[in-house]
Amino acid sequence: MSQLATETRAENVSGEEQPLLQVRDLEVGFETQRGVVSAVRGVDLTLYAGQTLAIVGESGSGKTTTAQSIIDLLPRNGKVTAGQILFEGRDLTTLPPAAIEDVRGRLIGYVPQDPMSNLNPVWSIGFQVEEAIKANNVAQGKEARLRTIQVLKDAGLSDAADRLKQYPHQFSGGMRQRVLIGIGLSAKPKLLIADEPTSALDVTVQRQILDHLATLTRDYGTSVLFITHDLGLAAERAEQLVVMYKGKVVESGPSQEILANPQHPYTQRLVSAAPSLASRRIQSAKHADADDPQIYAGGSTDDTLIARAAEREQAAPAKALISVENVTKMYKIRQQGFRSEKLLAVNDVSFGVQKGTTTALVGESGSGKSTVAKLILQLESITSGRIEFDGQNVAGLKGAELLKFRRRVQPVFQDPYGTLDPQYNVGNTIAEPLLAHKVGTKKERQARVLELLDQVSMPSATRFRYPGELSGGQRQRIAVARALALKPDVLVLDEAVSALDVLVQGQVLNLLTELQTELDLTYLFITHDLAVVRLIADNVCVMQRGRIVEAASTDEVFDNPKEQYTQELLAAIPGGDFEFGR
Amino acid sequence: MLWYTGKRLLQTIPVFFGATFLIYFMVFSLPGDPIAALFGDHPPAPAVIDQIRAEYNLDKPFIVQYFLYVGGLLTGDLGTTFSGRPVIDVMVKAFPITFRLAMLALAFEAIAGILVGLISGLRKGKWFDSSALVVSLLLISVPTFVIGFVFQLVFGIQLGWARTTVSGDAPWGELVLPAIVLATTSFAYIVRLTRASVADNLNADFVRTATAKGLSRRRVVTVHVLRNSLVPVVTFLGVDVGSLMVGAIVTEGIFNINGVGGTLYRAINLGEGPTVVSFVAVMVIIFMLANLLVDLLYAALDPRIRYAK
Amino acid sequence: MPNNNSRRQDHFVAALEDTPIAPIDKLDESQKARSTWADAWDAMRRRPMFWIASSLILLIIVVVLFPTLFTQVSPTVCHLADSNGSPTGGHPLGFTRQGCDVFSRVIHGAQASVTVGVVTMVLVTLFGGTIGALAGYYGGWLDAIVSRVGDIFFALPLVLGAIVLMQVLPARTAVSVALVLALFAWPQIARIMRGAVLSARNTDYVTASIALGVSKFKVLVRHVIPNSIAPVIVIATVSLGVYIVAEATLSFLGLGLPTNVMSWGNDISQARTSIKTSPQVLLYPSAALSITVLAFLMMGDVVRDALDPESRARR
Repeated sequence: MSQLATETRAENVSGEEQPLLQVRDLEVGFETQRGVVSAVRGVDLTLYAGQTLAIVGESGSGKTTTAQSIIDLLPRNGKVTAGQILFEGRDLTTLPPAAIEDVRGRLIGYVPQDPMSNLNPVWSIGFQVEEAIKANNVAQGKEARLRTIQVLKDAGLSDAADRLKQYPHQFSGGMRQRVLIGIGLSAKPKLLIADEPTSALDVTVQRQILDHLATLTRDYGTSVLFITHDLGLAAERAEQLVVMYKGKVVESGPSQEILANPQHPYTQRLVSAAPSLASRRIQSAKHADADDPQIYAGGSTDDTLIARAAEREQAAPAKALISVENVTKMYKIRQQGFRSEKLLAVNDVSFGVQKGTTTALVGESGSGKSTVAKLILQLESITSGRIEFDGQNVAGLKGAELLKFRRRVQPVFQDPYGTLDPQYNVGNTIAEPLLAHKVGTKKERQARVLELLDQVSMPSATRFRYPGELSGGQRQRIAVARALALKPDVLVLDEAVSALDVLVQGQVLNLLTELQTELDLTYLFITHDLAVVRLIADNVCVMQRGRIVEAASTDEVFDNPKEQYTQELLAAIPGGDFEFGR
Repeated sequence: MLWYTGKRLLQTIPVFFGATFLIYFMVFSLPGDPIAALFGDHPPAPAVIDQIRAEYNLDKPFIVQYFLYVGGLLTGDLGTTFSGRPVIDVMVKAFPITFRLAMLALAFEAIAGILVGLISGLRKGKWFDSSALVVSLLLISVPTFVIGFVFQLVFGIQLGWARTTVSGDAPWGELVLPAIVLATTSFAYIVRLTRASVADNLNADFVRTATAKGLSRRRVVTVHVLRNSLVPVVTFLGVDVGSLMVGAIVTEGIFNINGVGGTLYRAINLGEGPTVVSFVAVMVIIFMLANLLVDLLYAALDPRIRYAK
Repeated sequence: MPNNNSRRQDHFVAALEDTPIAPIDKLDESQKARSTWADAWDAMRRRPMFWIASSLILLIIVVVLFPTLFTQVSPTVCHLADSNGSPTGGHPLGFTRQGCDVFSRVIHGAQASVTVGVVTMVLVTLFGGTIGALAGYYGGWLDAIVSRVGDIFFALPLVLGAIVLMQVLPARTAVSVALVLALFAWPQIARIMRGAVLSARNTDYVTASIALGVSKFKVLVRHVIPNSIAPVIVIATVSLGVYIVAEATLSFLGLGLPTNVMSWGNDISQARTSIKTSPQVLLYPSAALSITVLAFLMMGDVVRDALDPESRARR
């Protein structure tokens, strides 16, 4: 079979070439209690040998389902209901289970999304790679062991031979992803399906792994089918692009062409909301309606507004509202035995946040950015240093003083699914801070809840809803409303938009900007995503291993980064320098 | 693993002292005369009472009594039965029989339970699964002694396939029926546990990845689904040794087996309080050791536990 | 790499009619608002098993409270002439060895067995649940002590521990048997509650409430406990049956309720002497006991499925 395909390709240099993969009119349905729900509705895509194609779309668009149906990895209640999946001319949807097993791994490799859950925790890394090698008859016996080491080395684990006997939990996320890439490519397949292979990783690691993947697939002549939510990544890595929305393809073709000149309103919407280094800070321009079904510009480029923001920056008072001085936080970590290791989570950090501005704290995982947020919120105590809020030292506040401080500094957390108590309806959730601080009568509190819902652009009927009925973006808006209930001065937003789809993220960022102008709020914005920083922040502090390595105004950091680490971070943003058509 | 074993062994020590103290405290420090309470309706001769007082050091301060008692437990000095035999001798003779019975029961419940649970989990919602679920619920709701009586009646008396009582030296063949009785409740629990665990693991990301590697369905199910589902089952077996002991008292009582359980059963019926307490204390120690063993097995099965700090 | 014209893929744009765009992240106002408990109730009442279990439980409650609704025959007026007699008019299940009416004894025996089960369950849930919640929530020395004490009690299997204590207990009543069972059963609920509270304590909504200025104790009562009570409800329902079986086992061993108290356990225990000649004397109280246990087991299963958000999502 494989030989045949190679011949066909060679033959057809001048004539018609058969695509490696051709999906025609694919329909996939999921059986649920409420009948069959269709997830993919008539998808077409074509991929030639050696090409890279990216499917982009929001969560729920059907992009993962499309990819999984190719090698029949759908969940048990999912089924291809119509259409064809032609791989080298053979329809995979009609193959018996044994024949599909033969295609999997050997002809079509797969790299899953979450490196934490995709390796079996009870088997060693070596075992799990070797198993793939043996199953696809790449090598057997002793040879298989040698091949395992080679595969892992190729995937970028230089000390592979020594680590074969180790277990997944002893590997970092990036390492595990390398192992998974190694497994996916172990049989040098003709096609690799990579489902968000790096979205759980830090940007710098992401860049390394994607580069590595590109080199390997080029060497092996493997075609790649990327599933991603990241337009920058698609622009940078894929020649072909398929944009999916609600189970359908809305636009497809050469990726650079589509992203520079999107035609379908949905693609336009997606492209305009995609944060990139070329984005500008969102200005509060009071969009007609955030829910406008037509195109809306996520990143405004109105020059006058930018100029106004610049003025505001210069006019800012010298005295900071929050000032963090030489703050250090040390954790003791219990080790085996009775030893304990000291971990310097935050190391001599100093910065200030001016009233009415947004300061972003950017860093990769383990940089200490979230610890700083917890220290400022008085959820953890500092080891040394000083934190001042409005001229008052807040470290170690107790009782009524602490309560007064809490009233003025409110948090919004990352995980939209964890941030609201599932047992409380929205009205009670928003009213909780009012109740805790004994503000107003029951009637007044109710009126305030309605006012707050209006401020976060949610209909008043939302107050009867439970979190389980809301989407991620809606929950984050409710979390913002709850934080605003006591009319605070400062919001500490800890990765508050990181888990959201790009359009929803744009919407929440717009909302935050509007609220800032309207209520004169000060934001401390904690994030790992530099592109988002550009959309919302006035000032940036870049953190690495507990220290602030660079602190300056947003434009300065982006246009003229001084530290090498900042430069690396900026360079690692996928498609960072791509000019999206807006 | 070495570190884990050491840590686990260290943890057993306070539990040992705590549990034996608890038993001792319950028997000898509750209000009223412990001797009278121990013997209930059959008060022994005054000479016997004096002997027991001396044996349990009831004339000494409480904490001294306790340590002398633990010392006795550790050196095998467990007092004497009413018939004058040292408890330890009875124990040594009875233990191998109960051990064989328990091993048979464990083997049955583990093998059959995991097998049925696996098939159930793989066919969740199908008829096999539904019937396995109903049968397991029924088995859990019938007490062991009722199952014992029914089996005795059906297989022993009506069908005549097995003896209703087991002979003195308890040959393997005669232990099969009692072992099945002993295993039924735990079998049902293992079916339910394996089923839930298999169904969960089937949806795990790593199982999908294993499939994507090109492994055969058979290999995916055995190497990835079943292997991971064994971890909670092994944890359950640890707790289950406790219910097996209680079950052994009942089962050995019904089938008249001369094991630890049977002896304890007769001691309870005869009101031999001191013997009952000694036997329970030894059973608790065995239970602790069994749990230790199961925890080590658990660590061997799950590297995350083995390497945990 | 061949890059001939045949590979050129056209820029395809779907017609807007085929792919209408919905507003971003709009709340679907057509649905009715539902709390998690309302959802659970919905999931439950769709299961036939729920209706079977709840009818059985209701029946058991009525039998316990009003036994005379079911039989006018006295369970304690027995004539040796009727010993092991077959069913006759007014005595549908026949007679025991002592010549007592089996049906009447099954009906009247419910009271003691169910009382022991319910009292034990209430004691265990209140005590174990509270201890577990406090230990998990406040941590520190309280948690250390509770965990160690729990470990010690765990070393004593329920019935084995009860055997020792019942051996020396001066007065055996339904309540004292329940107290003894509860003494050895509370660590299980405490452990489960502690685990659930620990995971609820680490959620963002708890951190958010504390950062909003809600007091620590109020957060425990308002957020942590409501979100960790589900597994405790399930275990409490299931273990009600387990305690009934434990009491019966103790009675079988002669260490449960005194023989003059009517209970299923005692009747089963006494019936074994006549098992060869009249097995029905053994079977009826056993069946009553098993059906009761089964009802609570089924209820526990249904409640577990309904409260487990994961299994609900899969449906």
